[in-house]
Amino acid sequence: MSAGSDNILFEYLLRLGDNCLILSQRLSEWCGHGPVLEEDIALTNVALDLLGQARLWLSYAGEVEGRGRGEDDLAFLRDAREFRNVLLVEQSNADYAFTTARQFYFDAWHSLALSELMRSADVRVAEIAEKAAKEVTYHLQRSSEWVIRLGDGTEESRHRMQTAVDALWSYTGELFEMDEMDRSARERGLGPDWSALRERWMQYVARTFAEATLEIPQGTWMQRGGRHGVHSERLGYILAEMQFLQRAYPGAKW
Amino acid sequence: MVSAQPAIEQIWDWLKEVADPEVPVLSVVDLGIVRDVQWIAGARQLVITITPTYCGCPAMDAITADMRSMLAKHGIERVEIRQQLSPAWTTDWISGEAKARLLDFGIAPPANRAVDVTEIVPAVVACPRCRSRRTEVLSRFGSTACKALYRCLDCLEPFDVFKQH
Repeated sequence: MSAGSDNILFEYLLRLGDNCLILSQRLSEWCGHGPVLEEDIALTNVALDLLGQARLWLSYAGEVEGRGRGEDDLAFLRDAREFRNVLLVEQSNADYAFTTARQFYFDAWHSLALSELMRSADVRVAEIAEKAAKEVTYHLQRSSEWVIRLGDGTEESRHRMQTAVDALWSYTGELFEMDEMDRSARERGLGPDWSALRERWMQYVARTFAEATLEIPQGTWMQRGGRHGVHSERLGYILAEMQFLQRAYPGAKW
Repeated sequence: MVSAQPAIEQIWDWLKEVADPEVPVLSVVDLGIVRDVQWIAGARQLVITITPTYCGCPAMDAITADMRSMLAKHGIERVEIRQQLSPAWTTDWISGEAKARLLDFGIAPPANRAVDVTEIVPAVVACPRCRSRRTEVLSRFGSTACKALYRCLDCLEPFDVFKQH
């Protein structure tokens, strides 16, 4: 057994699982605070789907690692530097336009990513992706509709939506980054060349923004680091809330 | 004393009495959650393979507990419940008869073709009360992960729709 190759799969699964876990936790913050009841329910349902997906990725990661860590250990007992999510998903909820823009950018990538991962040489990865892809298709329908509704809405909603898509733009580059680990994973047939998804993603974003009367942000400088454990300070606040109980009362169950 | 092992068909019949906790008009068999039932030869142990509807569906734990207690009632204690993800659960597995029961219960049943992950199709949903096809989405998500919330533009009643999946 090659320990090196297992570590690649472990890290690969953490990246997939942590994106779902952190975005789910962020969306959960809306619970009881949604602008209307229907949206409160929608956001928490998306959060629930993502949490379910995070559990599938992280429990598999724990098995691959083989050190006895389960999904809960990985979620509640790792420090910020050990999280592998992209910076996009840890950005603040801010106003509804920001929450919508973050979701839209992520869903558009997630849906493409899963449709590629469904063909993974690793059967378990392919199965989880097949399952999650159906849910994410629905998420993307919803977030696209909201981008259009707010973009092509009132002057105020359009302004806020444009501000949000501009502000979050620099966090989209990381989704398509290929590092040494991604290249090894690709050689093993685990998953796709992320950079090759960018064109299709861009086409979808451009089509949606055209319908939403939004302008495509032009910036080319991109934030990076989350996938290597270098996060914004925002992740610390998310973990403080998410991990508090298990940190204060280790092993607590109910 | 050795009692006879209940037949597999009998076990399927018992599982048909286990209602989904959130949509009680459907059983776990109607929903297509139970994929397989097998006795392990010689071990007197039953293996039930189930598949989740949605990855985060909180009813799955209740469903497995309900299946276990139903089987325990019939004297089957050694039950292993395995989870299978592929093929991914689809509303296509819900029979026409079960869809008719959903409609009677006031929940618009899912359309007949499962969602195609490569295209986005807004489905026309008929109102379960007055059957009008003039309806609109109130929210893409309803009271549970598997439902959306609609409103009828003729009788004005809001209603749940079992999402096509």
